[in-house]
Amino acid sequence: MAKWIKITEVEKIPAMGSRVVQYGDIEIAIFKTRDNSIFAINNECPHKQGKLSEGLVHEHIVTCPMHNWDIDLKKGTALGNDSGCTNVYESKIESNIIYLNI
Amino acid sequence: MKEKLIVIGNGMSGLRTIEDLFDIQKDKYDITIFGDEPHENYNRIMLSYLLSGEKTFEETIINHQTWYDEHNITLHKGDKVIKINKDKKTIISENGKELSYDKLLIATGSNSFIPQTIGSELENVIGFRTKLDSDTILDLISKDKTAVVVGGGLLGLEAAYGIAMHGIKTILVHRSGSIMSQQLDSTGGKLLQKNLESYGIEFKLNTTIEKIEGQTKVESVTFTDGQSVESNIVVFATGIVPNKALAIDAGLDTKKGILVNDHLQTSDENIFAIGECVEHKGNTYGLVAPLYEQAKFCAKKLAGKDSDGYSGSTLSTRLKISGVDLFSAGDYLGDETTEELILLDEKVGVYKKLVIYQDKIIGIVLYGDTVDASWYLKLLKEHTDISDLRTKILFGKSALSGDAGHGGNDIKSMSDDEEICGCNGITKGQVVCGIKENDLKTLGEVKTCTKAGASCGSCLGIVEQILVDTLGDEYNDTVEGICDCCDVGHKDIKACIDTNDFDNVYDVFKKLDWKTEDGCMKCRPAVNYYLLVKYNDDKYKNDKRSALVNDRVFANIQKDGTYSVVPRIWGGLTSPKELKDMADIAVKYDVPTVKFTGGQRLDMLGVKKEQLAPMWKDLNDAGFVSGQAYAKGLRTVKTCVGNQWCRFGTQDAMQTGIDIEKMTWGSWTPHKFKIAVSGCPRNCAEATIKDIGVIAVDSGWEISIAGNGGIKVRVTDFFTKVTTNEELYHYIKAIMQFYREDAYYLERTAHWVERVGLQYVKDGLLKDKSQVDFYAARFDESQRTAQIDPWEQSRKDGFTEEFSPIVIAPENSESFQAKETV
Repeated sequence: MAKWIKITEVEKIPAMGSRVVQYGDIEIAIFKTRDNSIFAINNECPHKQGKLSEGLVHEHIVTCPMHNWDIDLKKGTALGNDSGCTNVYESKIESNIIYLNI
Repeated sequence: MKEKLIVIGNGMSGLRTIEDLFDIQKDKYDITIFGDEPHENYNRIMLSYLLSGEKTFEETIINHQTWYDEHNITLHKGDKVIKINKDKKTIISENGKELSYDKLLIATGSNSFIPQTIGSELENVIGFRTKLDSDTILDLISKDKTAVVVGGGLLGLEAAYGIAMHGIKTILVHRSGSIMSQQLDSTGGKLLQKNLESYGIEFKLNTTIEKIEGQTKVESVTFTDGQSVESNIVVFATGIVPNKALAIDAGLDTKKGILVNDHLQTSDENIFAIGECVEHKGNTYGLVAPLYEQAKFCAKKLAGKDSDGYSGSTLSTRLKISGVDLFSAGDYLGDETTEELILLDEKVGVYKKLVIYQDKIIGIVLYGDTVDASWYLKLLKEHTDISDLRTKILFGKSALSGDAGHGGNDIKSMSDDEEICGCNGITKGQVVCGIKENDLKTLGEVKTCTKAGASCGSCLGIVEQILVDTLGDEYNDTVEGICDCCDVGHKDIKACIDTNDFDNVYDVFKKLDWKTEDGCMKCRPAVNYYLLVKYNDDKYKNDKRSALVNDRVFANIQKDGTYSVVPRIWGGLTSPKELKDMADIAVKYDVPTVKFTGGQRLDMLGVKKEQLAPMWKDLNDAGFVSGQAYAKGLRTVKTCVGNQWCRFGTQDAMQTGIDIEKMTWGSWTPHKFKIAVSGCPRNCAEATIKDIGVIAVDSGWEISIAGNGGIKVRVTDFFTKVTTNEELYHYIKAIMQFYREDAYYLERTAHWVERVGLQYVKDGLLKDKSQVDFYAARFDESQRTAQIDPWEQSRKDGFTEEFSPIVIAPENSESFQAKETV
C-alpha cells in the first residue's frame, strides 16, 4: 500500500539541484526545478543505472551524468531518441514539508 | 486570430523557411502554399538520380502530404499564383482563388535559360529543372537516337550522365574549352572529362549548336564544328534565370532577381522572397546551401526575432554523379596575387588545389579525393592562417597528426559493417541508415540519433564525412548553435558576453533568444564558463548548478555512483609523511582501490558521496588540497627528476614543476589543462603530449604547446625558448590566459591550435612583448580569487551538507517523523 511519507523541509532541496532520499532499500532523488516545482524519481537511469540525482537539471528534465540521457522528471521516461522509463513518486507539500507517496 | 502567411512556390527554399519558422514558433501563422508543380515538395537536386534511375521519385520527396496536414498547412499543388496586389495585400491564382495575406513569401525559384538558337522553339527542346523535364527525357530517349545536352556545367553534366546511364549515346556540347568552368580549373576539368567519357558521354568543347531541325519536333542537330546528328531531344542546361515576373508585375524592385535586404525582405516590408528568384547584394544563388542559409534568417524575421541578417555565402559544390568525387569552393581560380598549392596524380585521378592569399585559403578544388573537403572549407571560412600547415596540408587532416584516431579515413571504401564509432559500436551502415531514415541534416542530429561520435568524439570527422557523402549538396555546415537550445555558435556567444553585462547564465539565454529557459547540459556549462572568463571569481559567482557533476562536487563520479578523490601532489613529489597520512586516511574510509595516476599522484577510488566531506577534512588537516582531477582547469604538472639527481639533467625540473603548479593551480580553462617539465631533451616527463610542454636545454627552457595524449596523439608545437625561470613562468601565464580567453569551451589546446592556427597564437603573444605582459597580468589577476581550495571552501560554506542522503526508516515513517541524518 502506498502511503504519504514525510520527507523534509522544502528548503533542504537546493534549487536546480537534488537530494537523495534513502527509504529502506529504495533510493529516490528529489529535485527542485527553477520554477520551484518538486519532483521525486527513482534514482536510477533506465539506461545504465546512473545516479540521476547527480545530473544537470533543466526545465522539468534531468540529464543523467553517465551517458547524458534526458529523463522527464514528471513521467520518468527517457526523452529524444532514447527509450526507457524509471519510477516516479507523487509528491505534495504541506506547511512547507515535502511528502512522498511511496 | 493568427496572421496569414502565403507562400508562392512549393520548393526547397520556401519549405525550408517554413520548417525553420516552426523551429522558432509554431503558431504564429495560418499558412497557405501554392505550387505550380503537381507534387509535394521534392528534392530538386536529386533530379539527376531520378533521371539515372538510381532513385525513385518517392525517395526524393522531402515533405509528404502528412507533413502539410500535421502542420495545418493548406497546399494548393498544381495551382499557380498569377497576380500579387500589394496594396490590397491579396493574391490571385490561376484557378481563380483570391486570398488575402498579412505576410507573403515569394519562392518562385528559377527557369531554365534557353538561348536563342535556330530551332530552339521546336518541341522536345527542354531545360532540366523539374520532375516533368526528367519524365520528358525518360519518355523520349531511345537507343537509335542521340541525345544532345548543351552546357558543361554542373546541371548539364548531371543530365548527360543521367541519360548516358540508360545506354543512350549522349553528346555534350560546351561553349568553352573546359567543362565546369564555373567550379573547376582546366586541370580538374580535364580529369573530370576523362572520367565521364568512360560512361559513354561524348564531349564537344569550344562548340555550340548551329541549328536544330525538324517538322514540329527535334529531328536533327547540327553543331558549329559542322557535324550533324539524328536526335530527338535537346536538353539545355545553359544557366538559370530568376523567376521574377510576378514580382515585376506587382511593382517590387528587381534587377537580376527580386531585390531583398539582409532579412530577405523585398521593397515591400510585408513581402519576403527567398531562393533562386532573389538577388542579395548583387548576387543570385543557384545552389541549395546558400538558400538554406537564407531560409534561416528569413524564418527569424517572419517569427519576429532579431538577427544580424544574412550576409551572403561562400559557395561550395559537389557533383552528384556516382563514382565522381568533386568538390570546389570559393575563388578556385585565383589571380596574380594568389598562390596555389597543388597535388596532382593523373594516374590515380587525384587532384587537389588550394588557392592561398596572404597565408589563408580562399579557394578549393578537390577531385578524386574529397575526404578533407569539410576541413578545408572550415579553414577557408574561419580564415585560419595556414602558414604552419602548408607543407602538409594537401595530404589532409590525418597527415597533420600522423594518426587518424580510428584506422583509415576513406569512407567510400568502407563497407557498411565497418565499425566507425568504437565507443558505441556503431557501423558505417547504421549511420547511413540513420541519416536516411530520420532525414538527419546536421552532425548534432546524427550524434543524438545514431550515437555515433556521441561519446569520445574521435570519430566525428568520419561521421561528418559520411553525412556529407550521404547528403551531398544538402549538407550545410554553416555554424549551428552549440546545442539544440540555440542557433548561435561559441563565437557569437562570446561576443555577446563581451559587449553586454550579465549576472547569470539565464540572462544570456534571454538576450540570445534561447529556445529553452534553462538551457541544457551542453550550453549552460559553456555560458557559465564564458561569464567566469569575463568577470573572474570575484565578480561572478561560478554557478554550481550549471556545472556537470564532477565540477560540481569536486570529485570524479564512477560508474557505480561512487567517487574518486585525488589530492594535489605538487610536481609529483611527495614525502614519507604525506604518504603515511594518505594511507591512514585511505584505511579510515575503507577505500577499495588506490591507484597511481598518469599525472604522478594517488587516486583513491570508490568513495561514497557522503564520505567526501569528512575525508576532505582529514586531507585538509594533513595539509593536502584538492588535486582538481575533475576540473576544466589545471590538472597536474608532471616532472622528471631533473638535475637534482639525474646525470643527464640540465635544469631543475622538479622544483620548476612545483613552482609552476603552485603558480597555476586553481585556474580554470576551457577544458582540462596539463603541463609537464622535463629536465633534458630525453623528455622523461613526456612533456610533448601536454597542453604546455617544458623541456630543459643547457641554455634554458623550450616551451611547446598544444600536445595531446588522448584519443588522438598530438605532439606539441614548438612555441618559444626562454633562458630564465622567471621568463618561463611569465610565458606560461600568458599562454594559459590567452587560451582561456580565446578558445571555445571544451576545446583542448590541440583542437584550438588546429582551428586558429599556431601562427595566430604566436602572433597574439610573440609579435609584441607587451602582449605577454598583458596576458600574464590578467592571469595573475584571475588567480587572486581562483586559488581557493574547493574542498575546504565547500565544507565551510555548507555546500557539502547536500551530499548526504536523507535517510528514512520505513518502520518509523508512519508516525510522519522523518529524521534527517547528516
